Amino acid sequence: MDTLSHLEEEAIYIIREVAGQFEKPVLLFSGGKDSIVLLHLCQKAFLPAKIPFPLLHIDTGHNFPETIALRDELVKKYSVKLHVGNVQDSIDQGKVVEEKGKYASRNILQTTTLLETIEELKFDACMGGARRDEEKARAKERIFSVRDDFGQWNEKLQRPELFDILNGQIHTGENIRVFPISNWTELDVWEYIRHEQLEIPSIYFSHRRKVFLRDGQLMPCSDFIMHDTDAAFEESVRFRTVGDMSCTAAVPSEAVDLDTVIDEIRGSSISERGARMDDKRSEGAMEERKKVGYF
Amino acid sequence: MEILRITTAGSVDDGKSTLIGRLLYETQSLKIDQVEHIEVKSESLGYDYLDFSLATDGLLTEREQGITIDVSHLYFSTPKRRFIIADAPGHVEYTRNMVTGASNVNVAIILLDARKGVMEQTKRHLYITQLLGIKNLIFTINKMDLIDYSESQFEAIKSDILQLVNQYDWNPTLNFIPVSALKGDNVIGKSENMSWYDGVDLLTLIESLEIKLNNGFDSYVQVQNVIRPKTEDHHDYRGFAGKVKSGFFTEGDEIEVFPSGIKTRIKSIEKYGDQKKKVAAGENATILLEDEIDASRGNAFVKTNHNLKTDKQIKAKVCWMQPEHLNPYGKYWIQHGIHKSLAKIRGIDSKMDWEAWSTIPSDTLKMNDIGEVNLQLAQPLMYAPYKTNKNLGAFILIDANTNNTAGVGFIQ
Repeated sequence: MDTLSHLEEEAIYIIREVAGQFEKPVLLFSGGKDSIVLLHLCQKAFLPAKIPFPLLHIDTGHNFPETIALRDELVKKYSVKLHVGNVQDSIDQGKVVEEKGKYASRNILQTTTLLETIEELKFDACMGGARRDEEKARAKERIFSVRDDFGQWNEKLQRPELFDILNGQIHTGENIRVFPISNWTELDVWEYIRHEQLEIPSIYFSHRRKVFLRDGQLMPCSDFIMHDTDAAFEESVRFRTVGDMSCTAAVPSEAVDLDTVIDEIRGSSISERGARMDDKRSEGAMEERKKVGYF
Repeated sequence: MEILRITTAGSVDDGKSTLIGRLLYETQSLKIDQVEHIEVKSESLGYDYLDFSLATDGLLTEREQGITIDVSHLYFSTPKRRFIIADAPGHVEYTRNMVTGASNVNVAIILLDARKGVMEQTKRHLYITQLLGIKNLIFTINKMDLIDYSESQFEAIKSDILQLVNQYDWNPTLNFIPVSALKGDNVIGKSENMSWYDGVDLLTLIESLEIKLNNGFDSYVQVQNVIRPKTEDHHDYRGFAGKVKSGFFTEGDEIEVFPSGIKTRIKSIEKYGDQKKKVAAGENATILLEDEIDASRGNAFVKTNHNLKTDKQIKAKVCWMQPEHLNPYGKYWIQHGIHKSLAKIRGIDSKMDWEAWSTIPSDTLKMNDIGEVNLQLAQPLMYAPYKTNKNLGAFILIDANTNNTAGVGFIQ
C-alpha cells in the first residue's frame, strides 16, 4: 500500500470509530486545508450515506474572507449542518477581554468560545485536523485525547494507545478530542489534496497582497492588526496555515497551483508553523494553550 | 514503498535522542527555525554541542529534566521511504510506554552503549520486543568512538545479544550496526573509521528493510457501523462498514456472523462508494450481504473455513498501565479490536520479577508489571493467539470506574 492509501485507511477507520463510539460527535472545521481534507475523509467513510454529524466553526471574526466563502460552499456541497461559535459573542458577554497592543490576537480567546459551545451543544467527541508533525507538544498527542469537564488536557495522564484499539469511554461532562490525521505530514496533506482534487481557499496560493514586516515575518495588512500604514508594501505571498489573520504570517511565494506549492514545500527550509506568531510567544506556547483546552 | 514504523529503545545515556536527532538533521527533516531553536536552547543550557533531544522531547517537564517520559511521534522521509518513529523512554518505570510505542511498529531499534554492552535494561527491551512479537530488530552499538572503534568489543557485545535472543521461542531478523551517533559514524553513510564492518549504515538499512508481519491467514472483519442512507436511491441499502483485520474477503464468499453463528454470503463489497471484488487486511470495506440478517456494531464476519478459537475464558500476558493496581475482585471492560465485553479476573498465575529475571507469584499487578492473567468474560471472544495473529490476539482492559486504559493483554 502506498503512503497516501495507508494514511487514508488509518484516518477513515478512526472516523468510523468516532461515529460508532459517541452519541454526539462534531467535526471542528476551520476552513483550512487540514479540515477540508478531514471533511472529505468523513464523506468517504459513510458513502453512500451522508456524514452523520455536524461541523463546528469557531469564528474569531478575524478570518480571511476567502476562507469563510469556501466554508459556506463546502457546507452546501457535502450537505452537512454547520454550527458557528462566535468569539465576538464571548467578548460582548464579557466572558473574555480583547487583547491590547500591537500583538493583540483573538487566538487565545477562541478557547473560551470553543469550550462553551461544546458544553452548550453537548458534544462528546470533537474531531480536528491537528497533526503530530506540526509542533512538538502535538507530537505527544493521542488520537483519542480525553479532556476533563474544564476542557483541560493533562499531558501526564494520557491514555496509552495500543495497536488500533481506541478507548473512547468517558464520564458525563468530559469529551474526547479526536485527531484522525495525526500521522500525516504537511506534504501528505498537500499530496492528498492534489490526488483527490480538493478545493482549498485561494490564499494558500501565491497572490499579490499588502503586507508589513514584524519581527522578520510578513504580516497581512488588515483592520484587525495595528500597524504603521506607511510601512506597508505589496508582495507576492501565500499562506502555509490559515489561522486568525492577526497571528498568521505570509511567506513570499510564486507557487500558483498545487504542483508548484508541493515543490515549494519539498524544498522549504522553514517549518510549517514557523509563520505562526501564536507558537512563538514562549517555549511551551502550544503546550500551555492545550492544557486549558485549545484545539 | 510501505511506510516504515520504528520504535527506539534505549536511555538518554545511550544517546538515543542524539541518534534520532542526527537522522532528522541529516535527512533535512528539521527545518531552519527548528535547528535555530535547538542552537539557542543548547547554548542557554550551557552545552557546547547541539542537544537534539530538544527536538524530540516535546513536553516542558521533559526538557526541564532532560528525559523522555512519554511516547513522541516523529516523522521523516527520504526519497526512498516514509518513516514514523515512536520514540519511547527506556527506564523501568516507563515499561508501559515502551510497550505502547512498540505496539504499532514494524521494527525496533535497540541502542546499547559500546562501553557498557548488555545492561539490565537491554534485557528488558528484548523481553518487551519478543512479547510484542516484533519481527525486525536493529541493534545499534553506539559510542564506538569511545572504544577506539574496536571490532573485538563490538563482536563480544553481539554474541552476548545473540545468547539473549536465543532464550526465546522467537525468530526475528537481527541486524547489528556499530555507530557513533555523536560523530555520525555509520548513521548516514559508511564510516571510514570501521573498515572491518561489512554491513550497511543505519539509514541504508531502514530504507531497504522488508517489512515482516504476523497477520495470520484467517479472514476476519469487525462491524464498526451499519450504513443505512435511507434515501430514494438506496432504499433497502444496509452496508456493514469495518476494517479487515486479517486475511481477505471476496464477492460471493460464504461468511459466518459472530457471535450469532448465522451464515450467509457476501453480495457485494464497496470501498468509499466504489465497487470492489476483493478487500484485504488493513483495508476498510463496506460489505453488503445476500440475506437480511441481524448484525450490529462489534459483531464480526469470518469466512466459514476459519481456525479461530471462541471462548469465555482466556489466558493472557498482561502489561499493567495505570497507577491503580489490578484489583483481583474488580470488573474491567475488555476491548478486543472494537468489540467490548465485561471481564472478571479469575486469577494471576505469576508476574515478571525484573531483578531476579524470573516469574514470581503475585495477587495483583502494579503499573509496569507484566504477568500472566486468567480472565472470565461475560461474552465470548473469537480470537487467535497473539503469537500467530497480532491483529486478533491483543486486547486492552478498561477500568470500569476511571475509564482509563488499565492494561494491555496478549492472548496465549
